[in-house]
Amino acid sequence: MEKTIFGYVWRFSRRQQIILTLMSAASLPFLYLFYEVPKTIINQAIQGRHVEYPLNLADKLTVSVLGVDIPLLGPFDLIIGQISYLYILCGVFLLLVGVNQGFKYLINVYKGLTGERMLRRLRFELYARVLRFPLPTFRKMSQGEIIPMITAEVEPLGGFIGDAYSLPAFQGGYLVTILTFLFLQDWRMAAAAVSLYPLQLWLIPKLQRKVNQLGKERVRRVRRLSDKIGETVQGVQEVHAHDTAGFVLTDFSNQLFWIYGVRERIYRQKFVIKFLNNSIQQLGPFCFYSIGGYFVINGALEIGTLVAAIAAHKDLAAPWKDLLAYYQMQADATIKYDTVVSQFGPAGMRGPDYQLTEPADLGPLTGELTASNLTLINDQEVPVVDGVSLRLPLDRRYAIVGAGGSGKDEMTLLLARLLDPSNGNINLGGGDAALLPEAVTGRRIAHVGAAAFVFAGTIADNLFLGLKHRPLRSAEYDGAAAKHRAVYVDEARRSGNIDHDPDADWIDYAAAGVEDPIALRQAGLAALTRIGMGEEIYQFGLRGIIDPHARPDLAAAILRARAGLRRHMAADPALLVLVEGFDVAAYNLNASVGENLMFGNPVGDAFDVEHLAEHPYVLDVLTQVGLTEQFLSVGYQVASTMVELFADLPPDHELFQQFSFISADELPDIQALLQRSDRANLAALPDEYRAQLMSLPFKIIPARHRLGLVDVQLQSKILEGRRYFAANLPDELRDAVEFFDMEKYNASANIQDNILFGKVAYGQAHAVDRTGALISEVIRELDLNEVVSEVGLNFAVGIAGSRLSAAQRQKLALGRALVKRPDVLILSEATTSLDSATQARIMASLLAEFEGRCLIWSVQRASMAVGFDEVLVMRQGRLMDRGAYAELSQNNEHVKELLASE
Amino acid sequence: MSLNEEVELLRSIPLFANIEPSKLKLLAFTSERLAFQEGQSLFHQGDMGDAAYLVVDGTADVVIEGPDGGKLTVAQIGRNAFVGEIAILCDVPRTATITATTNLDTLRISKELFFRLVNEFPTMAVEIMRELARRQEQSNLQLTEANRRLRELESAGA
Repeated sequence: MEKTIFGYVWRFSRRQQIILTLMSAASLPFLYLFYEVPKTIINQAIQGRHVEYPLNLADKLTVSVLGVDIPLLGPFDLIIGQISYLYILCGVFLLLVGVNQGFKYLINVYKGLTGERMLRRLRFELYARVLRFPLPTFRKMSQGEIIPMITAEVEPLGGFIGDAYSLPAFQGGYLVTILTFLFLQDWRMAAAAVSLYPLQLWLIPKLQRKVNQLGKERVRRVRRLSDKIGETVQGVQEVHAHDTAGFVLTDFSNQLFWIYGVRERIYRQKFVIKFLNNSIQQLGPFCFYSIGGYFVINGALEIGTLVAAIAAHKDLAAPWKDLLAYYQMQADATIKYDTVVSQFGPAGMRGPDYQLTEPADLGPLTGELTASNLTLINDQEVPVVDGVSLRLPLDRRYAIVGAGGSGKDEMTLLLARLLDPSNGNINLGGGDAALLPEAVTGRRIAHVGAAAFVFAGTIADNLFLGLKHRPLRSAEYDGAAAKHRAVYVDEARRSGNIDHDPDADWIDYAAAGVEDPIALRQAGLAALTRIGMGEEIYQFGLRGIIDPHARPDLAAAILRARAGLRRHMAADPALLVLVEGFDVAAYNLNASVGENLMFGNPVGDAFDVEHLAEHPYVLDVLTQVGLTEQFLSVGYQVASTMVELFADLPPDHELFQQFSFISADELPDIQALLQRSDRANLAALPDEYRAQLMSLPFKIIPARHRLGLVDVQLQSKILEGRRYFAANLPDELRDAVEFFDMEKYNASANIQDNILFGKVAYGQAHAVDRTGALISEVIRELDLNEVVSEVGLNFAVGIAGSRLSAAQRQKLALGRALVKRPDVLILSEATTSLDSATQARIMASLLAEFEGRCLIWSVQRASMAVGFDEVLVMRQGRLMDRGAYAELSQNNEHVKELLASE
Repeated sequence: MSLNEEVELLRSIPLFANIEPSKLKLLAFTSERLAFQEGQSLFHQGDMGDAAYLVVDGTADVVIEGPDGGKLTVAQIGRNAFVGEIAILCDVPRTATITATTNLDTLRISKELFFRLVNEFPTMAVEIMRELARRQEQSNLQLTEANRRLRELESAGA
């Protein structure tokens, strides 16, 4: 990248900078006129000095620009009176206001856009470079440092870039023009006006240099601070586990102290500069008054010359001040640019062609993989891989065995071209692998390490990530969307960004050996099933939510499963008790009172189950069916039971959270309330207490809580409320609840609940397991396993896959590698999070799948190498031996040692 | 059946007989009411115990499996029986299998919950200690009696 920000700006926005300067220059005469016209209005039009009316407008309407008269009307004659003259001049003034503001608007917008585009270009360039960093760079550079560099640190550059050339050109030009004019008039006077400039030009850069250094230090310290925060977030569990909050906070406070210290020095220096600057500026008039005055009194100088000099000095002040401010701004921008850009060119960074070139030939890798004298030296100058030479025909399966530190994992990274060797080279399919672009290595080779990363998004997003290299089928756009897309492309090109369409179909179906998205999902599921993740995906699917409008086929299938479940249950009384189905005419003892009343799922927050009792419509329903008093009374009984049960427990006791209807905080309130009121007189309670009591009955689930408060009479009343609730629901609340309907898919419930269409009964032994088994059976009968699993592919995995277990993340990473059908699959401790039985199953499945293809597996234990065609033995970075497992395990002492130590 | 009835049932169990009703009510409320169908097992011999069961209604067989796989029904239990309590007092595997012979209604008291309550209310612990000591005493008496009979038999045989 360019060494200085000026070089960068000039290279990428030369044209814009010139246009900006020209626009500024073009605005100048109008600005000048804008200041001149008022003088003419007052002197000539109002006071009538040096003018006789009526006058010829063509003669009189001239404006003096730097001493030259410019006629505004050209050669036309126009005779007018004083009042007309005044109005015409005022009109011109108004016009100039518009013109000047228009110029300002145009220039500012143009400046802003130029700056923003350059900023976009810079950020893109930095990010693209991060993608090309050699992996070891990230051991020294944390994301906590990289993120602020690309986001916050370069932000102020956008503002500066618009001014980078135009401001000094414009203000400098302005200054030079005035100076030239002054020198032409009277060189002594002009020299006097600028006499102090050399002092400023000498002094200010000197001071500024100190500020610059402090600025650099400040940037570094803030970066370290952000690094600290990132580190804390990642290691927060350790902070809790070892009670190191105090230490961490102290460290943070220490960092803040240093930043404050730097800031303090910056402020002092900066304002010293300002102080000196302004003082020197004011020295001008001081000299004129004292020295010039002395000469005038002595008759050595004419008073007119002195006054002119003072005026000229004043005129010069504005552009001079702007230039000095610009000087400080560019110093700041230069630091920001330097401190950021210097970090983005680590040694060994790959060139831009390495990633985005599409090679002509992407055929499968065949032949053999050879390495000669392959050496990797780490940052402590230790050879981790040491002079390895080997030939690996690409139709065999290799296990690499070795102790920790044998270099086997680094070896896999080298073979996958994820690390560059310090020495030696790799030859792949007949060509030097170092010259192969990522398009070849990343598509034909798959590498899965121990800490394979899962990105936020769905399982499918992660599974098919390895198929998204280029946009393959562009999305269809018409009308406004097409226009928007054109703007998008244009803007991307203007800022040197990539102009691919993020909404295009990026998936390379052919690479996965399929033709369309449906087949791809099936292939993805099959891959996950092969590595033992099928059941987990199916379970995700059962808990998945679908949009019945987008997938009417699926919704219909689920409804069939619902009916199927009902049939099974009807046929077997032992099953019948497991689930209490929803029936609009019957009270459901396994659902809460609130659910029974609403008989549907809340959508959005309006009918949030926790706050049902606060909703005016719900309260209205209760009043209409005459339930209010009864709810109050039930609430009172619930409250007294809870007080009786829980009053002796400490407030933070777990049982409170788990079982109590009343939170520990509310308990004292409720206790006081109960003491104050009696059951017969609840209606007289103040509103807030009533609300508190009213909220309790909604939570009762009769079958679970066994409080004996929801009797048959109350149930039938609630059913009446249910009917009223549905019949009178205001239009604006229609979307806030989705009623249970046997014939309709409930979009707000997951697939399992849709099949269940009811509540798993409380108090039936193993009800949840048996219901789950029953649902599985129904799904199997209807052959819906695959569609349900497909929904499971849409499971959102959370930040960095945090909603998956470590084992699931590893399986997903393996699945991702399998889906793209690599010619060479390289695994390095890729199954460490799995239990040994699962490991063995996956290994057997992969060995079968890669028979006759290339599989290179750095195994954790030597005994795992048993099923491979060939075993490579590594020790202290060297390839020690290779051969069949049977032979090595008998004859190779090191292998025997490894086997013995398991 | 409501909480109050469950409390009455709990009171009839010697282990809980002397515990305040309000604590028993809490125990009942936080416990799970669990129904087993005929033929279902509450637990199996050799499982690690995680709960004790109070039979509210119905009957069940207590079956012990010998080392040779032979099954022996050693007892039949019904309403008011309290089974599996050893498992919630100490970590031992179930010593028998209990299978419902009719539809069986139980109150399941989990080990976790039981201990939380004991931790919270020391009086409960003391009551349970007394009951256990009483059982120990009884066992001792039975052992003495058995020893005496054994000696009688031995001397008679000699």
